[in-house]
Amino acid sequence: MRIDAEAINKRFGEDFVALDDVTLAVPEGSLTALLGPSGSGKSTLLRIMAGLETPDSGVIKIAGNDVTRARPQERGIGFVFQHYAAFAHMTVRDNVAFGLKIRKRPKADVRAKVDELLDLVGLTQWGGQRPHQLSGGQRQRMALARALAIEPRVLLLDEPFGALDANVRAELRRWLRRLHDEQHVTTVLVTHDQEEAMEVSDTIAVMNKGRIEQVGSPQEVYDAPATDFVMSFLGPISTVAGKLVRPHDISLSHTPAGGDVRATVKRVVHLGFEVRIELAMDDGKTARVQLTRAQTAELGLSEGQEVYVHPPASKVIGRADEHQEAVLAASDDDTLSEAVA
Amino acid sequence: MVVRPAWKYSLRAVALGYLALLLLAPVVFIFIKTFEHGFSTAWDYVTTPAAISAFWLSVLIAAIAVPLNTIFGVGTAMVLVRSKTRGRKILDALIDIPFVVSPVIIGLSLILVYGLHGWFGSWFIDRGIPIIFNPLGMILATVFVSLPFCVREVAPVLMEVGTEQEQAAATLGASSGQTFWRITLPSIRNGVAYGVVLTTARALGEIGAVAVVSSNVLGSTVSLPLLVKYRTQVPGPGGVSAAYATGTELAVMSLIVLVAMTLLAPQRKDAR
Amino acid sequence: MIVLLPVAALISVALGSGLHAFWTSFTNSTALKALEQTLAISAIVAAIGSVMGTLVAWVLVRDQFPGKRILNAVIDLPFALPTIVASLALLGLYGTGSPVGINIALTKTIVAVALLFVTLPFAVRSVQPVLLELDQDVEQAAASLGASNLTTFRRIVLPALRPAILSGTALSFARCMGEYGSIVLLAAAKIQLASLVIFADVESATGSGNSAYQPAAGLSVALLVIALAVLFGLRRWGTDRGR
Repeated sequence: MRIDAEAINKRFGEDFVALDDVTLAVPEGSLTALLGPSGSGKSTLLRIMAGLETPDSGVIKIAGNDVTRARPQERGIGFVFQHYAAFAHMTVRDNVAFGLKIRKRPKADVRAKVDELLDLVGLTQWGGQRPHQLSGGQRQRMALARALAIEPRVLLLDEPFGALDANVRAELRRWLRRLHDEQHVTTVLVTHDQEEAMEVSDTIAVMNKGRIEQVGSPQEVYDAPATDFVMSFLGPISTVAGKLVRPHDISLSHTPAGGDVRATVKRVVHLGFEVRIELAMDDGKTARVQLTRAQTAELGLSEGQEVYVHPPASKVIGRADEHQEAVLAASDDDTLSEAVA
Repeated sequence: MVVRPAWKYSLRAVALGYLALLLLAPVVFIFIKTFEHGFSTAWDYVTTPAAISAFWLSVLIAAIAVPLNTIFGVGTAMVLVRSKTRGRKILDALIDIPFVVSPVIIGLSLILVYGLHGWFGSWFIDRGIPIIFNPLGMILATVFVSLPFCVREVAPVLMEVGTEQEQAAATLGASSGQTFWRITLPSIRNGVAYGVVLTTARALGEIGAVAVVSSNVLGSTVSLPLLVKYRTQVPGPGGVSAAYATGTELAVMSLIVLVAMTLLAPQRKDAR
Repeated sequence: MIVLLPVAALISVALGSGLHAFWTSFTNSTALKALEQTLAISAIVAAIGSVMGTLVAWVLVRDQFPGKRILNAVIDLPFALPTIVASLALLGLYGTGSPVGINIALTKTIVAVALLFVTLPFAVRSVQPVLLELDQDVEQAAASLGASNLTTFRRIVLPALRPAILSGTALSFARCMGEYGSIVLLAAAKIQLASLVIFADVESATGSGNSAYQPAAGLSVALLVIALAVLFGLRRWGTDRGR
C-alpha cells in the first residue's frame, strides 16, 4: 500500500520545528529511506506516519485513506524500534504471536504463522528463549517477525540497525533487502547512515532541519545532488580547479593531459582496501583523492611528489563557487588536520 | 582504593560487631526467652483465645490493607510516571506524608476526622459504621500508614521500563486495556511484588497509629503487636513470658517476609 | 484525599481553641521537655546512625567475606520486624534481669539503641547503591597523583556520597522524631518522648468534641513542623552544595 504525507508540520515546545511543510509520496511496494542527520525530523516523520505522534497540521494517507486521526492500532502498520522494544517477559514465540493473539486468531493458525515467520527470519530454534538471551541482531530479527506477523500494509523501521555492531549491521542490511525483495511490503526506513540508505533502498528522501531536500534513487542523489546539503551529506567532495568532484572519480597521472591541474602529494593514507591521497593544490587548499591499491601501486606515489589531477567532466557534480556551503561542510574536516600540521 | 589489610579487617570487625550487637543479639534473645520454659508453654501462650483472635485480626487487617494499597500504589505510580497532569508534584509530596509523620499523630488525626465528634464521624456512626475504637478504624490507620510503599517501589521500575514496549503493543493492535494487562503489568511485576512484601511487613507490625485508634479490648480490637504491649503490662510470669511468645510469633512472620524481601530485592540493592 | 483530610483536621483542631491554647499545648513544661529530649536524641541517633550506616555500607560494598550476602539481607530486618518486638527484645537483653549483665533500662541509652536499630536500614540503604555505582577510576586517579587513602576518602569519596548520606540522615531523623513502637516499652519517668506524650494526651482526653484533643493536636503540629523543617533543611543542604 502506498503511504503519503502531505504538508506535515510539527513543532516541539516553542522553538523547535521538527517538520516544516513536509510532503512525501511513498510508492506501493517500494523501500524508501528517510536519510538525514539527527534532528532532521526523519524519526518524527516516521512516528507521525505510524500514529505514535500527531502532526500539528497536514495529512497522512495510507492506500489513499486519510488516517491522520487514526490511532496506531487502526492503521495496519508494522513498526520496528531502534532498541527492539521486545516484550521482555515473553518468549520469542509469544512476542511474534502477540499481534495475532490480540486479534483472537485461532491457536492453530497462530502457531503456523509463527513457525513460518521464525523460519523466515532464521530464529526457529530460538522460539522458546527470552529476548535477553538473544543477541542484538537476533532481537531485531524477532522484532521484524513480530511486525510482519500482522501482515501490515506498511512497514516502518526507525533506525533498526543503529544499536548493532558494524558487521552485524552490514549483514542485516543485506538480509533486509532480500526480505523486501521476497515480501514486497511497502517499507519506510529511517537512517543517518548514507551507505545504508544507498545499499538498501529504491528511493531516498534526504532530510535536513525538518525539510526534505531531495527525493530520488540512490544514484540520483549521489551523482546529481539538488542542494549543497545533499551533496556534502551523501559523500565526500573534493574541489579541483573550482569544480566539485567525488574523490573516487578523480584520477591522477604523472603526465599532464588537457584540463589537468598540478598538485603536490601531501599524504598517502592506506585505509585497507583503498588509499586516500591528500593533495596540496596550487591555490593552497587541500583536495582528497581516493584510489584503489592497484592504482596507487601503479603510480608509485610518495610524499612531496608532483602529480596531475584529472577530474572527468562527466563526473563533475557542480561548481565550487555555486555551492559554497557544501565546500564549507567538506572543508570542516580539513581544518583540524591543518591545525595540527 | 586499595585498603591496607589492617584497616580492612578492623573496619570489617567494627561493622560486624555493630550489627551483631544491634541486630542479631536482640532477635536471638527473643527466641531463647520464648522457649525458656519449654516449647509447650510457649505454644500455650500463642494459642490463648486472646492470642488467636489477635492473630486473625492482624491477618485481617493485612489482608485488606495490602491489596487496597497495591491497587492504589500501581494506579498512583502510573499517574506519577506516565501522565502529564500538573498536580503531579503535589501528589508526589502527599504520598510521602505517611512515611514522615509519626504513627501516633496519624492515629490522632484519624480520630479527629472519623471519631465520635470528628468531622465525618457522626455521618458514619449514624449509619452504624463506627470507625474509631473499632477494627475498621485499625484497618484505616494501617492503610494510611503503609500507603507509600507500593507506589515508591513501582514508580522507579515503571520509569525504567519505559514506554517503548507499550508503543510496540499499540502498533501491533492492542487496546489500552490489553496493553496494560499484557505488557505493562508483567513488566513491573517485580516492583509490585516487592512493594506488596514491604506493605505486608508494615501492616503486620504497625502499632503506633493502631494503638491510638483501637479501643484495646482483648478479643476484638487487639492486634498481635498490641497484644505484645498489653502482655508486658500484665504482672507476673504469665505476662512478660507470654509477651515474648507473641513476640516470637511476630518475629517468625516477619522472617518469612524478610526472606521474601531478599529474594525479590531489586538487583541494585545487592552488595557486589 | 485519604491523606489530606486528616492532616487538615489535625491543624484545625490544634489551632481551633485559639492561639494561646495552641502555644501552651507545646510550651508547657511536659511538652517542652518532651520536644527537647526528642529533638536531642533524634539528632544524636541520626548522626551516629549515619556514620555507622556508611561504615556498614562500605564494608558491604567493598569488602568480601563468606556470609556477606546473608548479612546484606539482615540489614532489612528492622524494616520487616514489628517495632514492638524490637522494644521487647532490647528491654530483656539490656535491661533488668539481663543475661549479659548490662542494665540500661530506663535510660536514654537504651532508647537510643532502639532508635539506632530502627533506623539502620535507612542509613545503610541510602548510601549503599551510590557506593555501588561509584566509579573507582576516580579514586585510582587520585592515588596515582599521590593522594593517601584518607585524603582520597575525604576529598573524593565522601563528597560523592554526601547527598545520599544526608538523605539517609534526614529519613532517620524523621523516623526518630515520630517513633513509637520500639520505645514504648523502654521509656519511663526518666525520659519522655514526644510521641509518648501525645499518646498519653490522647488517652486522657476528656470532655466532648474534638477540642478535647487540642493539647495532643497542638503538640503534634509543633512536632511535625520541627521535623519537616529539619528534613527540608537537610535536603537543601544535600543538594545545594553537592555537585
